[in-house]
Amino acid sequence: MSAVSYADAIRHGFEYAMERDPKCFAIGQGLWSPWYVGNSMRDLDRRFGKERVIDTPVSELATTGAAVGAALNGYHPIVVHPRMDFMILAADQIVNQAAKWRHMLGGKVSPTIAIRGIVNRGGEQGAQHSQALHSWYAHVPGLRVLMPATAADARDMLIAAAQSPDPVMYIDDRWCYELAEELAPAADIDVAAIRPMVRREGGDVTIAAASYSVTLALKAADLLAGDGIEAEVVDIRQVNPLDPTLVLESAARTGRFVAVDGGWSTCGLAAELLALVAEGVAPSRLKAPLARVTLPAAPAPTSKPLEAAYYPTAETVRQRVLKLFG
Amino acid sequence: MKGFQNALGALADPKELTGALDLKNLPTDWLVDKYRDMMTIRRAEEAVAGLVRSGEAKAPCHLGIGQEAVAVGVSAHLNAGDKVYSGHRGHSHYLALHAPLDGMMAEVLGKATGASGGMGGSMHLFAPEVGFHGSVPIVGATIPIAVGAGLACKMDGKGQVAVAYFGDGACEEGVVHESLNLARVLDLPVLFVCENNLYSSHLDIHLRQPSNSVARFAEAHRVDHRVIDGNDVVAVSEAAADLIANARAGKGPGFIEAVTFRWLGHVGPNEDIDVGVRRSPGELTAWKRRDPVRRLTDALSASRGVGQDRFAGIDAEIVRAVDEAVAFARASAYPEDRVLLDYVYAGGAA
Repeated sequence: MSAVSYADAIRHGFEYAMERDPKCFAIGQGLWSPWYVGNSMRDLDRRFGKERVIDTPVSELATTGAAVGAALNGYHPIVVHPRMDFMILAADQIVNQAAKWRHMLGGKVSPTIAIRGIVNRGGEQGAQHSQALHSWYAHVPGLRVLMPATAADARDMLIAAAQSPDPVMYIDDRWCYELAEELAPAADIDVAAIRPMVRREGGDVTIAAASYSVTLALKAADLLAGDGIEAEVVDIRQVNPLDPTLVLESAARTGRFVAVDGGWSTCGLAAELLALVAEGVAPSRLKAPLARVTLPAAPAPTSKPLEAAYYPTAETVRQRVLKLFG
Repeated sequence: MKGFQNALGALADPKELTGALDLKNLPTDWLVDKYRDMMTIRRAEEAVAGLVRSGEAKAPCHLGIGQEAVAVGVSAHLNAGDKVYSGHRGHSHYLALHAPLDGMMAEVLGKATGASGGMGGSMHLFAPEVGFHGSVPIVGATIPIAVGAGLACKMDGKGQVAVAYFGDGACEEGVVHESLNLARVLDLPVLFVCENNLYSSHLDIHLRQPSNSVARFAEAHRVDHRVIDGNDVVAVSEAAADLIANARAGKGPGFIEAVTFRWLGHVGPNEDIDVGVRRSPGELTAWKRRDPVRRLTDALSASRGVGQDRFAGIDAEIVRAVDEAVAFARASAYPEDRVLLDYVYAGGAA
């Protein structure tokens, strides 16, 4: 068996979900010319036909609404938004419609839609091609938000999203696309069973993160090992609804907690994680103030040196952790 | 604005089109059924207005009295396998499919026996067993959803159609254009039905668009369209029959612009003649002379000999049914507290 990249794993997820369920289809921009999305959609249209892999006009809102409509009528569409920034144009259908129809109609419908939003940072792409807006959507009850950090999760969460009875936002990050690992055979996945998990064990500090930030946290943990600090890395995986059990258990055990997030601080995922620990771990168990590493409160820049200053690195995370040890 | 186009002409002039309908060769019993359907909507909405006045219903209720012929004419060509979506002014679209009166009244009062379990209210009705698949007040939001329902119909391959009801105000939302384009490009079986009542919440169309006819948007997207008197149930039925048959036959979407007028304000039980720039007692009185119900009964009396006693008998049955539905709603329980979280995700609370 050979290693499968995160990008290929996403495609394997599509292949499995669409093979398994004739009512599953993909719709969005660029699907017949998928250079937009790396290798993650390559040749799906040839394999499943253009009736089930639908390339659309430049209409994020109507396309997402159409997917909601198909979902409400027995289908399992996966809508692809190659840049998460453009997905904002579809916010009504995601936030007001998909997330609310079950509740609003008394539990009588299942908007079985998966919405794939791609985070596409770096590369001098600037303020409107680089955003990681998972925290916006994680705010909304009824909408599940999945953020795979590994190739295995990239495939399995895609399958879970496609099979979910609830609307799911599946967010992948192109900075993860080269990650590779050997994968077990694909299987059906219950989205409700996707919970945080420990990616590296350690007893001195807990670093919690999702998506690409897990990679940063793991690299930082390697560096910290050289400093004599054993960091535990918790991968959040499903950021809404967020099961706090593992985060609280780990933070209580290590006594130090750092959240790393690829979004902004204010009302973001890192803020939520810190709030959970502040509410759920007794102050007597904490050996240092809670901390977070996030983006500066500014839009993404374009020029190379500003980009280098903007995005946190493993070294940024290491330095933040070292401060907790005085 | 300069150069406003009165493209609707007589259709937008309430002094015109006030006489008895041309019944064509439609069967008398069929036409009497349309009277029954229109009066059911009217009496039900009058009852809702009463519930709002009495304070029993607090949720926003958007009534469509005066517009009954549109939903009744369209629904005459739909069946339970079709997929109808609506907006904030959706009672008529629900009732024209013969969805349960008691479920609507209970929903208006937020009761557990309501069409949406008491979780939606007047603006969120649901009766899929008769083809009514949902309504929401975000203007234009159900239009792309209906397009997606049309995509599902096409994939199912059973000749079903989806219907999106909306108003002239929705045509100022960009999603209308995205939806018309997408439905055309994918050749989906979708009927777009615009009830052009010449007003958004308070602004008349002269202040919002450079023409009073919205069918120009269908034209721009090469969607087959009809501009008709929306207070003529026969005209609505004819247009709907054509466009729905085409959609079922795989010819793609259609668009009806049905010109009509609401007798009450944007929301609530009052005439709101002081709301907006043009709405006035004179305009309202003039439009009431184009009453879709009276024009049908006049025609049935004059050309088919249907007596007033038959209409009165039907009306009495309807009033009784509406009263019973209101009593049912009043007697029903509110939803239990637990459903607040139980309905968020499929498996209940997270």
